[in-house]
Amino acid sequence: MRNTLAIAGRELRAYFHSPIAYLIIAAYSVVCGFFFYNITAEYVVESFRMQSMGGGMGMPSMSINEIIIRSLFEGVLTVVLLFLIPLITMRLYAEEKRSGTIELLLTSPLTDFQIIMGKFLGAFALYAILIVITFLYVGILFIYGNPAAKPLLAVALGILLFGAALLALGMWISTFTKNQIIAGGVSFGVFLLLYVFNWVSAYSTSPMGRILAYLSLTTHFDNFAKGVIELKDLIYYLSVIALGLFLTARSVEALKGRAS
Amino acid sequence: MIEVEGLTKRYGPTLAVNDVSFTVQKGEILGFLGPNGAGKTTTMRVITGFLFPTSGRVRVAGFDVGTESLEAKKHIGYLPETPPVYPDMTVSEYLAFAARIKGVARGDIKKRVGDVSERCAIGDVQRRQIGKLSKGYRQRVGLAQALVHSPDVLILDEPTAGLDPKQIIETRELIKSFAGDHTVILSTHILPEVSKTCQRVLVISGGQVVAEGAPDELVRRLQGYEDIVLIVEGPAPEIIDKLQRITGVNVVEPREAAGTQVTLEVHAEKGHDVRADLAQTVVESGWKLFELKTGGLSLEDIFLKLTTKDLSEAQESAPSPALDIS
Repeated sequence: MRNTLAIAGRELRAYFHSPIAYLIIAAYSVVCGFFFYNITAEYVVESFRMQSMGGGMGMPSMSINEIIIRSLFEGVLTVVLLFLIPLITMRLYAEEKRSGTIELLLTSPLTDFQIIMGKFLGAFALYAILIVITFLYVGILFIYGNPAAKPLLAVALGILLFGAALLALGMWISTFTKNQIIAGGVSFGVFLLLYVFNWVSAYSTSPMGRILAYLSLTTHFDNFAKGVIELKDLIYYLSVIALGLFLTARSVEALKGRAS
Repeated sequence: MIEVEGLTKRYGPTLAVNDVSFTVQKGEILGFLGPNGAGKTTTMRVITGFLFPTSGRVRVAGFDVGTESLEAKKHIGYLPETPPVYPDMTVSEYLAFAARIKGVARGDIKKRVGDVSERCAIGDVQRRQIGKLSKGYRQRVGLAQALVHSPDVLILDEPTAGLDPKQIIETRELIKSFAGDHTVILSTHILPEVSKTCQRVLVISGGQVVAEGAPDELVRRLQGYEDIVLIVEGPAPEIIDKLQRITGVNVVEPREAAGTQVTLEVHAEKGHDVRADLAQTVVESGWKLFELKTGGLSLEDIFLKLTTKDLSEAQESAPSPALDIS
């Protein structure tokens, strides 16, 4: 545990020693803030219009949770994260391989698992900062409206799991190359594919189509965004995280067998 | 302290290290000498546990690197060819991190970092970012990292590569000061380096050990005294004629003439030391002897001789792959 925390601490510090952490946080805050403003403004205009029309019969409900929070997280932020998470994970192993510091880690009395968990937690800590920023925006809603608080916990859990799954996969991809740009680019491609897998369900009900839809990252975020925690979604994200960590371990093992 | 047994490492179809075996005693400094790509780095990486061997066994301080790797790694300090430093960290941050992951107790970290910094002469750059340090400093930070958990065994991959002459001398002195307390393996492709720092040398070429012994012995043994170079002032044809009559002398060849001086190459029969006879003959004939030295073979020639392809092939066909001269 001590070793894992040492690695995690160094990873997190490395993000802040380079411009990358500030860049990611700034970019995320601006983009997230823009969408938040946009969605909220639209909501306000829409609700005024409904009021002037008299409201009532047959009108869709104007739930803040449903309209603002769900569309912010499910419709927008998951896509923004597809771009930003590769920026977090691309350096995890690629940079160590390029600079040779991987030799320090792999020849120290650490297990591969301690190193992998340390790196994962370091990256996750930076990601968690982004999510905290998001909830600062969401907090504004409590000043002017009265969204339901409890479903927000499900949203928070969902977005953390969604990000953690991508971080684990991105870390795995980063073990294959010394080149951070390649690691980042490939990660983005893989994330995008996982994101759009469920599109097949629009036209296909074959078993293959259903499997692809099940594998999609989006399918499982839907319930969380609605404020519902379903066991199958929880299991899905935890499995993807475990798979990413496991594949990273295998890949590091292979590094030791081959030339690096 | 270090036992390597039948170590073989393949990268796909390429054989990087082929059945290498050796042991290093406690407190000894062993040099790996060989051209680039001979398998020195690969051998070191297997000893440190960075790479798995294809076959063979390595034991460090009594622990098998393959099966008891955590224990073995606690006893090893490793400086790779490029110092494994994080450019964004300061020297003290980095050394504290290295100490932490190498299992130095939390309370001892500060003291250990102070000790190794003093030993490696990096006390004055503690708060500087490593990325902004010169190559020489970075190398010493790398060395401090290898020492921080007071390991029994130090593996140093080309510790003087890329340093200026003054730094090279300082680094060599530092490494020599480790003898006794630490068991050291260092690699180099520079010949004088081994004779200056190591007590024993393994010459590695094409993934195999082609020669082994103390550096002086190695030179003496391979240099021999069958080839002698003479610089004499006098009539060349007459000198050649006279020298050729000495028993044991096979051929005398003029190499070059500068003014009245001629440089001659004398090849004697194996096992004949004709140096005294040559000197006597020249002086008694009234010529002037300016220089007499053994060997057309310099250290570099010996190195080439040991590591060129012909020889390693000859070694391969020989019953014993290692030319043991001790």
